[in-house]
Amino acid sequence: MRAPFFLAISVVDNAADAARSGRMDILLQQVLNGLVLGSVYALVALGYTMVYGILGLINFAHGEVVMIGAMIALTVMTLLMGPAAALPPSVIIALALGAAIVVCMALAYTIERVAYRPLRKAPRLAPLITAIGMSILLQNVAMVIWGRQYKTFPQLFSAEPHTIAGANITDLQIVIIVLSAALMTALLLLVHFTRLGRAMRATSENQAIAGLMGVNVNKIISATFVIGAALGAVAGVLVAANYSVAHYSMGFMLGLKAFTAAVLGGIGNLGGAVLGGLLLGLIESIGAGYIGDVTGGFLGSHYQDVFAFMVLILVLVFRPTGIMGERVAERA
Amino acid sequence: MKMNSLAELSRKSSAIALGVSLLMLVGACGKGEETTSESGEAVRVVKVGHAGPLTGPIAHLGKDNENGVRLAIEEANEAGVVIGGEKIRFEMVSEDDEGNPQKGTVVAQKIVDSGVAGVIGHLNSGTTIPASKIYFDAGIAQISPSATNVDYTNQGYKTAFRVMANDAQQGVVLGNFAAKNLNAGKIAVIDDRSAYGKGLADQFELAAKAAGAEIVTREFTDMTKTDFTAILTRIKGMNPDLVFCGCLDSQTGPMMKQIKNLGLTATFLSGDGSQTKQFLTLAGDAAEGAYASSPGVPLNKMPGGPAFTEKYTKTFNQDIQIYAPYAYDATNTLIAAFRQADSTDPKVYLPALAAIEYQGVTGDVRFDDKGDIKGGSISLYKVSNGQWEYIETVGGGA
Repeated sequence: MRAPFFLAISVVDNAADAARSGRMDILLQQVLNGLVLGSVYALVALGYTMVYGILGLINFAHGEVVMIGAMIALTVMTLLMGPAAALPPSVIIALALGAAIVVCMALAYTIERVAYRPLRKAPRLAPLITAIGMSILLQNVAMVIWGRQYKTFPQLFSAEPHTIAGANITDLQIVIIVLSAALMTALLLLVHFTRLGRAMRATSENQAIAGLMGVNVNKIISATFVIGAALGAVAGVLVAANYSVAHYSMGFMLGLKAFTAAVLGGIGNLGGAVLGGLLLGLIESIGAGYIGDVTGGFLGSHYQDVFAFMVLILVLVFRPTGIMGERVAERA
Repeated sequence: MKMNSLAELSRKSSAIALGVSLLMLVGACGKGEETTSESGEAVRVVKVGHAGPLTGPIAHLGKDNENGVRLAIEEANEAGVVIGGEKIRFEMVSEDDEGNPQKGTVVAQKIVDSGVAGVIGHLNSGTTIPASKIYFDAGIAQISPSATNVDYTNQGYKTAFRVMANDAQQGVVLGNFAAKNLNAGKIAVIDDRSAYGKGLADQFELAAKAAGAEIVTREFTDMTKTDFTAILTRIKGMNPDLVFCGCLDSQTGPMMKQIKNLGLTATFLSGDGSQTKQFLTLAGDAAEGAYASSPGVPLNKMPGGPAFTEKYTKTFNQDIQIYAPYAYDATNTLIAAFRQADSTDPKVYLPALAAIEYQGVTGDVRFDDKGDIKGGSISLYKVSNGQWEYIETVGGGA
């Protein structure tokens, strides 16, 4: 262990450094880091919140769907980038992303059909446990298929960062923020202004009545899973590309964080998931960046996750339904 | 080599050890078979154990070690060794531990049962540590050619030795290298909070401070993370000369890219967990200019390296992987202890082994009171043109 003497010295040093470098470029960089992280959380959180909104089910396998998306894209890219093929990079990216989306949609449809639908009338604990089982199953299947090794994800865009007011951002990170924002807007439009969206909202209000009104409830629930999975697949590809690593366990922690984001924003509420995701990303980034200075070195960056979950607990204590959640009547 | 979830395994190993000590009673009777050599002279067979992964993803490394042991034994047999007035013929008992800690304890038991006088192995820290209890209970010497985890020799087993520098020794070398050779005045330290990463970072920090460097911050991550932008941005704000990470390649690979993207210009230094091919593929262009260490010496820098390489390739018709010279030295050190004590009885030769001074192909082999090699060598490498390039070796006979 370090002696208290050293600790004291490092605290003084840290405080002095923090004072000297009350630097705006560093703060801006942390905000950008948080936005990139938060955009991905938000995309994944939408998948959780949509399913919860309609079924009241926490689909713990969603994180694994995100991971499968990354793995499928990686496989397609590796195949297409082989020596024989000479496709332009943009085509490869489009094909890989397309393949990831299609496979994840099919996977989510199958999961719902096989694992959740038979249990729809069962007590609420049963589908929850099935969801956890599904998550473990998918992780292990992925491990068998793609192995335990960390896989290198190909470089999609130029690695040269742009500098804005002292903060660096890469092309890919701009794509992450813009694409996430576009997809989230598209989803909100879909839910609020289309027939499918209206049917989804009706099913979420009351499945039985929606059914009586001529809504094909099973089809709508499947559609919800499939749309969430498509967003998840995109998120998986973006995450893997951003860190250039894919791994069979990458979906677990990401899923947990996204779920936290969904709860933070108010689970079941689409806007809440987006807000929760962005907020969580910012909290993590700024928390890890400044917690040491704020507490005079008493707490360090190992409290990054603790800090994020503390905020979650505080929000839930004062607003049990999350930031944007509304009080919903107890379901029958 | 790193270790896998040790805590789980030590529970299992104590149960097995019970069984082993019972079997030892039987095994002891089997020692010292008599055979007759071609010349009709009476020859006593002495068994030497070897354990390593002979199947699975690192089977090539296990086989390499086995070859090192075999070469040493064949040479000793050719030269003719006389111990206690008897002519001795050494025989190797080689077992496959699959690099799996559980299997490691099972084969350790099997090796002990076969009545060996000493054991060379295992290859991974994760298998070496649980197996060491079995060898300790059986009272026979174990020399690991390649395990680097500090815990192996920290258990107080007088039977555990290694000919490879441990992680603590590596941390000290890295700290000195950062402060003195790379002239880093301000250093930021990151660790992944694993036994390996934290241990390495702690030793690094102490050594760097002692050498006059200032540690500006200590940041933490964990093995499930691939996003380090928050801590790296914080580090960037402190303008360090050098960033040290006690992590594995699965973290340092993506970390290098983020360092580049954030425009953090500090030199990057890490331990053997990053001195791998995987690091180069994960980090890509961003790996350029990074430093890392690895225990041991590259083959061509070993005192007996070239001669050993020639012998090895002639005998086995293949190239040395990594640890064969260490396995070879470990075996010869054991044989040297037999000779010095003039006995293959562990009770008699163990004190001789602890005090041995043997000049091997990898350098001088001498043990400290824990069983760690004295002044074990650590080599430093730098990424240049997408390859690890050798810089220098600290310690050892090189």
